[in-house]
Amino acid sequence: MNVYPLEVNRLTVAYQKKPVLRSVSFHIPEGQLIGMLGPNGAGKSTLLKAVLGLLPTLDGEVRIYGKSYREQRKLIGYVPQRESVDWDFPTNALDVVMMGRYGQLGWFRRPGVKERQIALECLAKVGMAEYAGRQISQLSGGQQQRIFLARALAQNAHVYFMDEPFAGVDATTEKAIIALLHELKEQGKTVLVVHHDLSTVREYFDHVLLLNGELIAAGPTEETFTPENLHKTYGGKIAMLADFGAVPAGKV
Amino acid sequence: MADFWIILTGTLVAATCGILGCFLVLRKMAMVGDAISHSVLPGIAIAFLVSSSRDSLLMLIGAAVLGLITVFLIQALQQSGLQSDASIGIVFTALFAVGVILISRNASHIDLDLDCVLFGEIAYVQWDTWIWNGYDMGPVAVWMLGGTLLIVLAAILLFYKQFKLCAFDPALAAAIGIPVALFHYLLMGLVSLSTVASFESVGAILVVGMLIIPASAAYLLTDRLSVMIGYSVLIGAISAAGGYYAAKWLDASIAGSMVTVAGGLFLLAFLFSPKHGLIARFGRKQRKRDELYSAAA
Amino acid sequence: MLSTLWQWITDPNLQWILMGSLLLGLGSGVIGSFTYLRKQSLLGDALAHAALPGICIAFMLSGVKSVGLFMLGAILAGMAATFGISAITRYTRIKQDAALGIVLSVFFGIGIVLLTQIQHSGNGNQSGLDKYLFGQAASMMLADVYLMGAVSVLLIAICALLFKELKLVSFDPGFARGMGLQVAFLEQLLLMMTVVAVVVGIQAVGVVLVAALLITPAVAARYWTDALGVMVVLAGVFGALSGVTGTLISSTLSNLPTGPVTVLAATALFFVSAVFAPNRGWLAKWIRRWRSRNEIQQPMELAMIKQAGNTVERGAE
Repeated sequence: MNVYPLEVNRLTVAYQKKPVLRSVSFHIPEGQLIGMLGPNGAGKSTLLKAVLGLLPTLDGEVRIYGKSYREQRKLIGYVPQRESVDWDFPTNALDVVMMGRYGQLGWFRRPGVKERQIALECLAKVGMAEYAGRQISQLSGGQQQRIFLARALAQNAHVYFMDEPFAGVDATTEKAIIALLHELKEQGKTVLVVHHDLSTVREYFDHVLLLNGELIAAGPTEETFTPENLHKTYGGKIAMLADFGAVPAGKV
Repeated sequence: MADFWIILTGTLVAATCGILGCFLVLRKMAMVGDAISHSVLPGIAIAFLVSSSRDSLLMLIGAAVLGLITVFLIQALQQSGLQSDASIGIVFTALFAVGVILISRNASHIDLDLDCVLFGEIAYVQWDTWIWNGYDMGPVAVWMLGGTLLIVLAAILLFYKQFKLCAFDPALAAAIGIPVALFHYLLMGLVSLSTVASFESVGAILVVGMLIIPASAAYLLTDRLSVMIGYSVLIGAISAAGGYYAAKWLDASIAGSMVTVAGGLFLLAFLFSPKHGLIARFGRKQRKRDELYSAAA
Repeated sequence: MLSTLWQWITDPNLQWILMGSLLLGLGSGVIGSFTYLRKQSLLGDALAHAALPGICIAFMLSGVKSVGLFMLGAILAGMAATFGISAITRYTRIKQDAALGIVLSVFFGIGIVLLTQIQHSGNGNQSGLDKYLFGQAASMMLADVYLMGAVSVLLIAICALLFKELKLVSFDPGFARGMGLQVAFLEQLLLMMTVVAVVVGIQAVGVVLVAALLITPAVAARYWTDALGVMVVLAGVFGALSGVTGTLISSTLSNLPTGPVTVLAATALFFVSAVFAPNRGWLAKWIRRWRSRNEIQQPMELAMIKQAGNTVERGAE
């Protein structure tokens, strides 16, 4: 039996009376970049949060490398949405990245020289080394996103979950993020990304999950990212479906 | 000598509240702190009724319990869909009302002067001393506050990174496995303890001032959490000392003066903080405007 | 017991006082509905604490115990407080909740200082200022009642006349502005009415608890309906009921200030509404859940996470 980085079976999540996710089942292959797509309100963020145990589920189970997420926390890296945090908090970029190490430190140990070193390296990997001492409210949206990524890197995980990392970032940051994702892939890590921009899917992701309250399709991008599946996912909400076959491969 | 004890008491209050206040302000829970400082009242009254004495330990316990109940009720209302501000308002006013009724109706059994509970009377603190084995150990309030400060310091130092992460990014904290709820209740429990330990000096109603004002002023002065806590304690201590002397001079309420001085210090920070003050802001705006003009010229 | 009750209700003095409490509860409930919608529930608490220095200064300047002057002082202080709160939120990174807390405690602290000064000076005892802490509706004079009644009626009238404008401004100010409504003016008007409601309420229930008069009846009403008009009327009714109950009970039993009893009456109404209201009440929801086993509530963690993004929102402009 294969052990996947993430395996989800019959996951059902409801909020108040409305079911948000209905019996979602899939697994993701190791060492690939996976994009999760769907219209607004499709439940993408909800799925991510449910997988991480941040939301209660009505039914179903989640397995990270065959075990429950609780046992595997140290193998997971999480990049939440930027809005989930108060950027006026009195702290600097380096400090935020060091927070990624808290999981490894246990209850009572304080972050020390080693953690600082790791954090600096991670900042360098996202091109933010010289901003280490900068107060986070003074950073641009793209820089903040990169800090979040550096923090996830510091978690040194095997599988990463990212919630809309490309939302509202500038072109440079977008390039930096995708370069980072490729580097992670080369290291054999798995990355699941909640994504919103259909025009970049073919270029960025090896594998896609199409979601709209339930799983519409899952599989390698080539086979799964088709006009029929997209139509099923988005209903009539996309114009120019035909053009998606025509998006040039080398676009940035 | 009286001066010393009073200022010491005030400083201990400032330190305890100053540390906790930073986390309240950063977590946008300032008004929950306000709520707790009011709603511990029934806890104090019940402790008094049960023990028929001003047993400080029992009052601390009663307050801690009420503080946790308050937070629990607020959470419960919020979870059922009610807005946070309304949840806070309903819970603390109801509990405070219960407290006032308990005290008013049992005035014969409760030797608690309502005014004293609400406003404190720090000037009398020095007279209520702790006699142990025949030795006069100093004012009870100092011991109670000192003990509370030690507990607060221990908790914050021990779990600094947890409190920090829970305040900054509770989503990540939960994902990493930190029990966010536990630390939330721990923080609120400490706030409850501090409220009751402080009520003898500044009274229940003004504790909120010592919780929020120095921390907010410190927030305007620095971009590092540890420094912010330090400034908060310092500003609180200056407010305590300054307030006391101002009260002596004006023959006015000591607690009120302390909070007023704190407010004055906040105003100074608001105007003159080099990073976040009003004047610095306008200066920056002016300079940007000048740069723009000179570039265009 | 019934005969005593009857004696009372026919006592003209008590009649006036009951009328005053009724109108007060009515006005507060109505205004409270709007502040609740604008998520400014705790603003009432801040304004109440801020009123104290205003009242004291009014007394110190005039030397006279005049409710009208006190109210004027309180209103001016309330306006200063609103200005302070918006200055703090607009010009610093301090958020709404802390701004409320700062203004609330500083103003109140100053008020206490002034209060003690007054008490130490000669005519302190005549000031009747300590009544403002817990309220003493039963000791209101007829003239006070007239004033309170008139003010409450005025507030209700304004809300009735401008109902649809106030509704739109509370719900979607951007849209309202686009439509050409004078949003700034209407928001200031609402703010002003809140200040007045608070100031009038302080007389009946005191500084600390007047926030409850604004919040609790409105929240209780919310459970019964989704229509704003109905909610506002219900809130007024609940407020009036609380006021009357509080005054009646506290004048019967000794050693019972009006404020807390009124607040508990309002809280009881809230509790009953929250549990038993059809559709939105807990009992109704629980029955539905038991029938369909399809419902879920937010866990502590998510509430905590949401809290991080939650502020005591929507500033005083």
